[in-house]
Amino acid sequence: MSLKAFHIVFVSATVLLALGVGVWGLNHYFQEGGNLNLALGAGSLVTAVLLGVYGRFFLKKLKNISYL
Amino acid sequence: MEVPYTSKPRPDTGLYNAKVGIWLFLASEVMLFGALFSSYILLRVNALEGTWPHGLLNIPIGTFNTAVLITSSITVVMAWASLKLGQFNRFKIYQGITILCALAFMVIKSVEYKDKFTHYQVWLKDGETIRGHIEVPGIEGKPWFMTHKKLEAMEAVDHITIHPDPKPHVASAGGEAPEAHKSENHGGAEEHAHEPRRIEKADIKRLSAFVPAHSTYFAIYFTLTALHALHVMGGALVMAYLWGPGSKMWKTDPERFTNRIEVSGLFWHFVDLVWIFLFPVLYLL
Repeated sequence: MSLKAFHIVFVSATVLLALGVGVWGLNHYFQEGGNLNLALGAGSLVTAVLLGVYGRFFLKKLKNISYL
Repeated sequence: MEVPYTSKPRPDTGLYNAKVGIWLFLASEVMLFGALFSSYILLRVNALEGTWPHGLLNIPIGTFNTAVLITSSITVVMAWASLKLGQFNRFKIYQGITILCALAFMVIKSVEYKDKFTHYQVWLKDGETIRGHIEVPGIEGKPWFMTHKKLEAMEAVDHITIHPDPKPHVASAGGEAPEAHKSENHGGAEEHAHEPRRIEKADIKRLSAFVPAHSTYFAIYFTLTALHALHVMGGALVMAYLWGPGSKMWKTDPERFTNRIEVSGLFWHFVDLVWIFLFPVLYLL
């Protein structure tokens, strides 16, 4: 597996983490309030979207490099 | 005799030597961290209800450190891609940013560790438990690694002062949130719960900083995060070498140098992936 393939695995895991943290933060915000919880939740969801966009950009940029 | 397949891939496997080597190494690393993760899960699942500490870590700092590591993974790939495109100067920039991110991670982790080493839990003989920062007469500033045994040995000291943590025990992003209200306020008005409080040495049953000896939770927390930090340091050292003196190889054997960067990048991704699992497990859940 090349660095390209491992990076795709990594970005996918990171998107899942960001989504999870986003849900966790917003859940805590709705239960207890707190601006930090809101910032963490919203920020993580935005990060998940940005990482998804980055993943597509990365695949396009390195389309000529092998996955092996 | 020249060692074959250091640059070109071996025809039957399609891989050059170092890539086979790093994946074998990473497989052993998966077993190491996998065993520790399994230990953590089993310890936590089997802990008596209500005894597993929760919300003792600083979530904003942990989140920021996670962002730093994710950034470093992006730049390490950009460094490798730059070499693939023959852009050595860009490689230098991206690899330099990666090393800076690694250093930033270590600095932030050190700050987090320092806070744990000066943060205490006191168990009183009447069953009450208090968490916070302490002052010990004769010791300037916040004492490090103080224990009840050390306190007993200090004959001139007859009391300590504790500044109880201000927030109730809930795991939220508001920073460290100790177990506060259920046991710490018994017998006293809640509005006085966070004021500095004098505790007589004779009333202390146990005193511990947030160090491995504090609890199973901190033992496994420090084992996992310190092992991870060692990997970060090792990766940073290798990448710094490849950024500095090791980069001379670009002039003599660019393909082999690019392979080295790929291999170091694979290791770095593994280290970051471990953190991606560690962060939610230790900080959030």
